[in-house]
Amino acid sequence: MSTALDQLFVNLKHWVVSRFPADWQLPVGMLISAGAIIVVFASLFAITVLAERKGLGRIQNRPGPNRVGPFGLLQPLADFLKMLTKENIIPQAADGLIYFLAPTLVILPTLLSFSVLPMGRNMTAVDVDAGLLFFFAVGASVELAVFMAGWASRNKFALLGAMRAIAQMICYELPLILSTVAVVMVAGSLSLSGIVDHQAGYYGGWLARWHVFTPWGLAGFLLFMTAATAESNRAPFDLPEGESEIIAGHLIEYSGFKYALFFMGEYFGMMAVSGLGITLFLGGWRPPFAGLEWVPTYLWFFGKLGVCIAVFIWVRGTLPRLRADQLMNFAWKFMLPLTLINLLGAAAWHYTADWSFLGATPARWLLGATLLGAPYLALSRRLFGGHGIGPRTYRFAT
Amino acid sequence: MTTLQSYLILSALLFSIGLAGALTRRNAILVLIGIELMLNAANLNFIAFWRYGPHPEALTGVMFALFSIGVAAAEAAVGLALIIAIYRHYKTANLDKVTTLKG
Amino acid sequence: MHTGFLLLALLTLASAGAAMCLRNLVHCALCVAISFVSLAALFLTLDAEFVGFAQILVYVGAVAILIVIAILLTRDISGHGQSLVFKPWTLGVGVGALVAGSLVSAVTSSAFTHRELPPAPAATVRQLGESLMTTYVVPLEIIGLLLTAALLGAVLLARRENEGGGRS
Repeated sequence: MSTALDQLFVNLKHWVVSRFPADWQLPVGMLISAGAIIVVFASLFAITVLAERKGLGRIQNRPGPNRVGPFGLLQPLADFLKMLTKENIIPQAADGLIYFLAPTLVILPTLLSFSVLPMGRNMTAVDVDAGLLFFFAVGASVELAVFMAGWASRNKFALLGAMRAIAQMICYELPLILSTVAVVMVAGSLSLSGIVDHQAGYYGGWLARWHVFTPWGLAGFLLFMTAATAESNRAPFDLPEGESEIIAGHLIEYSGFKYALFFMGEYFGMMAVSGLGITLFLGGWRPPFAGLEWVPTYLWFFGKLGVCIAVFIWVRGTLPRLRADQLMNFAWKFMLPLTLINLLGAAAWHYTADWSFLGATPARWLLGATLLGAPYLALSRRLFGGHGIGPRTYRFAT
Repeated sequence: MTTLQSYLILSALLFSIGLAGALTRRNAILVLIGIELMLNAANLNFIAFWRYGPHPEALTGVMFALFSIGVAAAEAAVGLALIIAIYRHYKTANLDKVTTLKG
Repeated sequence: MHTGFLLLALLTLASAGAAMCLRNLVHCALCVAISFVSLAALFLTLDAEFVGFAQILVYVGAVAILIVIAILLTRDISGHGQSLVFKPWTLGVGVGALVAGSLVSAVTSSAFTHRELPPAPAATVRQLGESLMTTYVVPLEIIGLLLTAALLGAVLLARRENEGGGRS
């Protein structure tokens, strides 16, 4: 019964595909997967926007949207209609074709990157051998789309915002990729379903063998999620589109549906990168404790995705925005060295796996914690220059 | 079916486009783009010969293409840094303005 | 299969040609990015999945971005109204046409090149990684060294010459 429920969508797809003649089966199967991805993530986008507005409202001690429908639940629909019917303004000096192409090029790579994520048992749309590389390759083209948006608008704020965004994305792509290298090293696979399979089984018969339950995995997950926040331009790393200083950056000249596409692209990027984090560190679609296998696997994946999105919203509501120099210093002087050291941590954990004396596990944890904790303390002391948290001194141009 | 010949002709044409561009354009960045196109044409040849060759399991062509992508990245970084340094000095990226060795 | 190849080949050549002919430098850079992507797709048709993805990651994610940033940093103030190409432009195009002609005639006259596609080799990422770590470990290390040297060199070259205490 539980396997039937688990494989419900897989079997449904196979059933529909088998109705078609043999030549048509491959394209029809692809179309079904693509359609399912678009429908599921577009509705998830609507739910996330509502949850974000409501949650931020609660954090800031106000009710949030509560007028459209019961408890404001129909707000996404109203937003959608508003975006669709708004006037579509194209600046006179804008480079028409590039201005038009940029929003689509933001959406397309993120949708493509969903196709390699294993969202349940046998639920990977395209199970490529180098899935992780594919994910980062399509993610890299977002940078070009952001540049196109900023340049084609012929607006100096747009161009400045785009350059900031590109600089930030390039700087944080390094720690993002390097923190996944540790996983690739230990799992011995670039295929995302292979990495999920590597996290099968349980420690001591009850706790899942997720990568996050190891010292390097915990550190790697935290580093990955920090870099992911910066990569998807979310607060506190939302300088490229900081409304109060650079008036929305590369989005400034976009209105109506094109703006909605950018907005959607940002949320899709956040979901895609959380999905990757779940796959790499949080066991993908696997349950956290033994005895919970009866829950359908896709529910585990989307449940974890929901938790990740909630954390993103919480962080956005809690932390103030960074300054540009702090952003760069943080990437190069803190994140990058720590991700490199994390590779050593992963190697140490891997090569001490055959320790079997009494108290081997605490000893391995202690080793991992010192290996990662000492550089963390040293680096953070260096980065914040010893003056810690205290009253700020402001220097003004005279 | 596509034969090896079609890939080789494509790569030859791509190489020539890159060469003609690198020889005619004045802007240093476009010369660099032309060189990148030529490198890419060579990569296509490596992959095509690997795929159609007698020993595809040896992976030689793939390895050569991977290393050449790495070298191309290094070349682009240094080349563009040179162009920016030249621009700082001469206030231009036009190659026929950069004619003296001693600034 | 063949129509796919023809479309990709046309796209590659057209975007490469546009990149070498257009007036606006940013358009040139975006066209060359299209050409890089279609080349990556051609690699995929040749079952070189890993190289295709690496091509997109390196060329679109890094080289194209570097090129557009360099274009924005070297905005030519004095260059307006000048010709975009060296004066005897026929010379460069002539050399290009000559090379194209000789290469294409050499390729078409060779008997070796009429080969049909052999069955796909089982080139998994695991095999690639293992040979990188065994047979090709020295080239790999040298590439690492080269990239580090290029990084340091690029930083040194692009730094302002009269850099004293703080950044100007």
